[in-house]
Amino acid sequence: MSIVGEAAPAAGSNPWWPTPYRVERRVAETGDTVTLTLRAPTGTAPPAFAPGQFNMLYRFGVGEAAISIAGDPARPTELVHTVRVAGKVTESIAGAAPGETVGVRGPYGTGWPMDDLPGRDVVVVAGGLGLPPLRPALLAILARRERYGRLEVIYGARSPKDLVFYDEVQAWRRRDDLRIQVTVDAAGRDWYGDVGLVTARLPDARFEPARTSALLCGPEIMLRLTARALEQAGVPPERIFLSMERNMKCAIGLCGHCQFGPDFVCRTGPVFPYAAVRDRLDRREV
Amino acid sequence: MAPNAVGERRRLLRADFPAFLTALRERGYRVVGPTLRDGAIVLGEIRDETDLPIGWTERQDAGTYRLVRRDDAAVFGYTVGPHSWKKYLFPPRERLWSAVADGTSFRLEPDAAEPVADAFLGMRACDLAAVRISDRVFDRTAPDPGYHGRRRRTLRIAVQCGGAAPTCFCTSMGTGPGVGSDHDLALTEIVDPGPHRFLVEVGSEAGAAVLDRVPTEPAGAADVAAAEAAVARAAAEVGRHLDPAGVRELLLDHPDHPRWADVARRCLSCTNCTMACPTCFCSTTEEVPSLAGDRTEKWRRWDSCFNLEFSQVHGRPVRQSGLSRYRQWLTHKLASWHDQFGSSGCVGCGRCITWCPVGIDLTEEVRAIRADPTAVAPPEAAP
Repeated sequence: MSIVGEAAPAAGSNPWWPTPYRVERRVAETGDTVTLTLRAPTGTAPPAFAPGQFNMLYRFGVGEAAISIAGDPARPTELVHTVRVAGKVTESIAGAAPGETVGVRGPYGTGWPMDDLPGRDVVVVAGGLGLPPLRPALLAILARRERYGRLEVIYGARSPKDLVFYDEVQAWRRRDDLRIQVTVDAAGRDWYGDVGLVTARLPDARFEPARTSALLCGPEIMLRLTARALEQAGVPPERIFLSMERNMKCAIGLCGHCQFGPDFVCRTGPVFPYAAVRDRLDRREV
Repeated sequence: MAPNAVGERRRLLRADFPAFLTALRERGYRVVGPTLRDGAIVLGEIRDETDLPIGWTERQDAGTYRLVRRDDAAVFGYTVGPHSWKKYLFPPRERLWSAVADGTSFRLEPDAAEPVADAFLGMRACDLAAVRISDRVFDRTAPDPGYHGRRRRTLRIAVQCGGAAPTCFCTSMGTGPGVGSDHDLALTEIVDPGPHRFLVEVGSEAGAAVLDRVPTEPAGAADVAAAEAAVARAAAEVGRHLDPAGVRELLLDHPDHPRWADVARRCLSCTNCTMACPTCFCSTTEEVPSLAGDRTEKWRRWDSCFNLEFSQVHGRPVRQSGLSRYRQWLTHKLASWHDQFGSSGCVGCGRCITWCPVGIDLTEEVRAIRADPTAVAPPEAAP
């Protein structure tokens, strides 16, 4: 980060300062979702991240939004974010062309329990834009596939047009060391896959509940129903992990927006064990 | 005159009080404290003693506040007004940074503003407790540079209360009316029996350095006794109570208590309680670009959990009902605050009671839930 003048303290010493990153690649995932690959300023690397963490992405003159890191942890020099247009800030981030600048603060929050997973069956359930935050965990598992038990992925989207990382998902379908079920809420005749909720795909997933850890990311209703179904299937609730979403302004536990009971989702989340949040998840408007 | 030492007690005559204000300014402080404005005792800059509400007090109760004349010339003969010191440590609007466009990138600009050292004159015991809490709140992931930058330079001049307002309940929260030890100077005003004077307790080297420039004498036993009597009088006057025992569990374990719906019918979601509260810290950020688009500023401003858009995710608020927003505020303040910051978020100052336009009293709400924790809504009110 370039800071002019003597009055400014050292770069990075202020938690509110974004660092300017250059957009290297921009891939349209769907009609309203793009994946950006960002490069840190010359001579620096992005800070190390844990799968499941997020950054605050910033556009000059527009504002900031909390966006999960979607990249491969084995490729630490590039920072990858998948952004869906939901308002003027995400519209500006998603519209950033190669060569343009996106400010970055982070990474923030807790990650997926990667240390808990070796030796266990892993069930990954993603709803809609829940896939990008799970992608770093999936890539880390696939990189050392032999360390894990069965790997079951269930990925649901609104329609076939809303599937992200389509080519990669297709490649995963061809692998014999993981099973992936893709389902959509609604589709036309050109869709040969499943139609319905991700929970409807769970009975077809092969895993041994007692030795399973589950990673869930998606709309809150999907998290609630999927976590409940997994627990009923016998997966220990402390081995079911879900990534929560709340309004976020600061990402450093100061602004109060992301409170979920006693938790600041930006600090003790976004990844929570189901056992810790079940009561709150079952209650409306917490 | 021998320099003052931490822990020392001195007598400052009322006649020498202007010299005390002068000494603060000579030490480089901007003095802020209680002053009369818009029919209330608020906090503002104190240029000389005529800016202080000498001879005034207030009558306050749930939803009401009126200034009244005292029958003496006490300098600090009132309690707390609508403002708290957070307006200085955590300003309602604050520029976090500014940046200029730099080709396709941007460059952060250094902040040229000269840091101001404030002397907070007239902090009550509950105010000191609120700052102790805020010190922890603004030091979560990383110390907030704005808050802690100002906080480090702040001189805390406490005033021990000699009386209590009907809305005060510091004795319940264990925060007052006497001050503890985390002040730079602590004053207790003694009007009667005369002479009109202050007992000054030195709490820090910075406080001592100010007092060294002011004519004082060693305090006598009569001064100490009169100050203790004043604090005891204030404690005895406290008429509101909130039993803090088990409040955390009481509120968290009964989220469906019918009292939440009852208070939600009265609450206007106006945010006054959160603005007046000395510990409420919620904020939002705003991007303020120049019209030409070559420069931009990031601002922080106070926000409130009572605002509908506060909890918005994908265009829909998580907490839609007024019930859920009041419940969020009270359970955060009195319950989950313990989990987050190791104490209650309430210091018993009573500001939220006085400044609630419909006079909602959190001590009353807690009492109602405690009276019948397992109450259920009557069938006709059930959804």
